[in-house]
Amino acid sequence: MPSEAEASTQQAGLTGLAGGSVPADENFIQLITADGTRVANPDYDRWVADVTDQELIAYYEDMVVIRRIDTEATALQRQGQLALWAPLLGQEAAQIGSARALDAEDFVFPSYRENGVAYVRGLDLVNSLKIWRGNAHGTWDPYEFNMATPQIIIGAQTLHATGYAMGIVNDGADSAVITYFGDGATSQGDVNEAMVFAASFQAPVVFFCQNNHWAISEPVGLQAHQAIADRAPGFGIPSMRVDGNDVLAVLAVTRAALDRARNGGGPSFIEAVTYRMGPHTTADDPTRYRDANELEDWAAKDPISRLGALLEAKGLLTEEVKAAVAAKSDSVAKDLRANTIKLADPEALDVFEHVYSEPNSALERQKDHYQRYLSSFGAN
Amino acid sequence: MTQMTFGRAINAGLRKAMERDSKVVLMGEDIGKLGGVFRITDGLQKDFGAHRVIDTPLAESGIMGTAVGLAFRGYRPVVEIQFDGFIYPAFDQIVAQVAKLHYRTQGKVMMPITIRVPFGGGIGSPEHHSESPEAYFTHTSGLRVISVSNPQDAYLMIQQAIASNDPVLYFEPKRRYHSKGEVDESIGLEAAPAMGSARVVSAGTDVTLVAYGPLVATANDVALAAADEGISVEVIDLRSLAPIDFAPLEASVRKTGRLVITHEAGQTGGLGAEIAASITERCFNYLESAPVRVTGFDVPYPPSKLEKHHVPDLDRILDGIDRSMGRRNSLSGLEGA
Ligand SMILES: Cc1ncc(C[n+]2csc(CCOP(=O)(O)OP(=O)(O)O)c2C)c(N)n1
Repeated sequence: MPSEAEASTQQAGLTGLAGGSVPADENFIQLITADGTRVANPDYDRWVADVTDQELIAYYEDMVVIRRIDTEATALQRQGQLALWAPLLGQEAAQIGSARALDAEDFVFPSYRENGVAYVRGLDLVNSLKIWRGNAHGTWDPYEFNMATPQIIIGAQTLHATGYAMGIVNDGADSAVITYFGDGATSQGDVNEAMVFAASFQAPVVFFCQNNHWAISEPVGLQAHQAIADRAPGFGIPSMRVDGNDVLAVLAVTRAALDRARNGGGPSFIEAVTYRMGPHTTADDPTRYRDANELEDWAAKDPISRLGALLEAKGLLTEEVKAAVAAKSDSVAKDLRANTIKLADPEALDVFEHVYSEPNSALERQKDHYQRYLSSFGAN
Repeated sequence: MTQMTFGRAINAGLRKAMERDSKVVLMGEDIGKLGGVFRITDGLQKDFGAHRVIDTPLAESGIMGTAVGLAFRGYRPVVEIQFDGFIYPAFDQIVAQVAKLHYRTQGKVMMPITIRVPFGGGIGSPEHHSESPEAYFTHTSGLRVISVSNPQDAYLMIQQAIASNDPVLYFEPKRRYHSKGEVDESIGLEAAPAMGSARVVSAGTDVTLVAYGPLVATANDVALAAADEGISVEVIDLRSLAPIDFAPLEASVRKTGRLVITHEAGQTGGLGAEIAASITERCFNYLESAPVRVTGFDVPYPPSKLEKHHVPDLDRILDGIDRSMGRRNSLSGLEGA
């Protein structure tokens, strides 16, 4: 038995972790303030100097649409049409800003929350909903969209991204790779090993960490005692810390990182400081671990309303634009719902499909037997 | 006696073990304030403090490896792996370190680590949330592997696992977490049946049906349904998967002459294979038909819309019993099936 004094020291030691000295959230690259003011940044303005008003409006529309998809998918889950859903509410700017920086040839290795990125890659999100419905584990051809299917094992995709990027180097190609993961993922060995490989082989990969402050119930301070972006330089990888709720700043830093990758500069690490405003998934109850005030603070930094305010100030958020954005999100949501509800269940014998690329006699035997078993019910 | 859910019974057992021994520490992702994603550790951090119920960084190899260090230091870590499919990042630490340290140090170092794994399917989850990885661990010498099937055993066996000086994998059938049963909290560990012992759940004379974890309840339903058809099924709950307590299985098969084994894990290299081979070696002259396995298929755990086909259910097990009894079944007429 430890003495009481011992016990309290231990307690201080082990609980101290969660209250770590993570730097203030303001310590980052920002181009649009929380109230929608465009601020100058001598290092990063050049990366977005060519962004037109039309493009700004397009980013706004993207963000509104994917937020609407979240609402629709959450409703579909509540109605029993989906088994589960992982919303990205609050992370719209981080996903749209980074995805809009990519070229079609670039390859994306996502986690399970990158619906915004998938939308920008041109995916019909019904594909994504099929996975959450339980119809299949992966529902698109990664080579069609240059985007891997969702990864549930935390952090595993960062190694895949690095390997793919090593292949690009070997091929003498000039495309780049981006991989998405959360703040929690940075604790995994895989993510740290990916950084070692990326640095060793100067792989053209962009590590894009969405620091949304929570890994289910665990605050970011439990995973990191320094800004997450500070970790990469120790591996020999330059990093940037960006306001993840500022779509323009995210676009700028991602373009800078991709440019480095394409020009032989090797890997980069981006920490996008953002916030998960919803639950971790529809099965999660954040009220058990999260303070309501925290949510309120972050709502004031909302990525959509801040870009809306900027557009408003520039006289770009006209009635026509508002109507067009509303019409677009309505129609995307309506199609998503209609196409999800009419999805047929997979066939029983699909269980045996795609286990191997070649026929496998042992598995064929199990399949035959199961088919006979199923038909024995009809025979009764 | 108290009515308790399965999940609550594990919680009560953990609480008992923590009260008994201050060296018992819980470690895992989200086990503190949230009480774990299944709420199995609910309230424990509040009552025992964050130094004993430790929310760890999100890293399974890290959790397991630091548990090894804590064990070196005389602690008894109880690790929660959030879902079965997330045990693989910790696999190296479990099979190369946890399992071997006692052997490596010629008995000088103990590894009294309990690894709690909510396992198996049937709850409509995404990929990696429904696996049955037990055979990887039963194949590894130095580990003890158990699986509980009811609240009373869950309550006692979690305490036994924690008290054991050997590392124990404690597989919890997640789809049964909400099922209720009687728990006698007054039973002390001295009076409890040994953690390694198999249990005859219901006696019968025609066929022996072996199950563990989530399928024990299904096996009981099978016995009732078979009784309606005039077949008397003896159901055995294995409880300990490594080592296996063969004595009650042998006794049962000597009596019935027939053996059916069921589990959710795939067939090839699964526990069914081990049990069939061992019983054939031990009871060959008593067997009236070849042992039958009714298991998951040799496929990755399928998406949730298909899991009802993969997980053995009442009808598939009954069909297996018909096969064992030589009655009409789905494979009738197939040579060597
Ligand atoms: C290897 C592994 N361990 C545990 C989990 C369970 N799990 C799913 S999401 C999650 C939290 C992830 O947090 P973070 O990396 O910050 O990403 P976020 O979901 O916040 O985007 C956990 C613990 C998992 N999927 N994979």
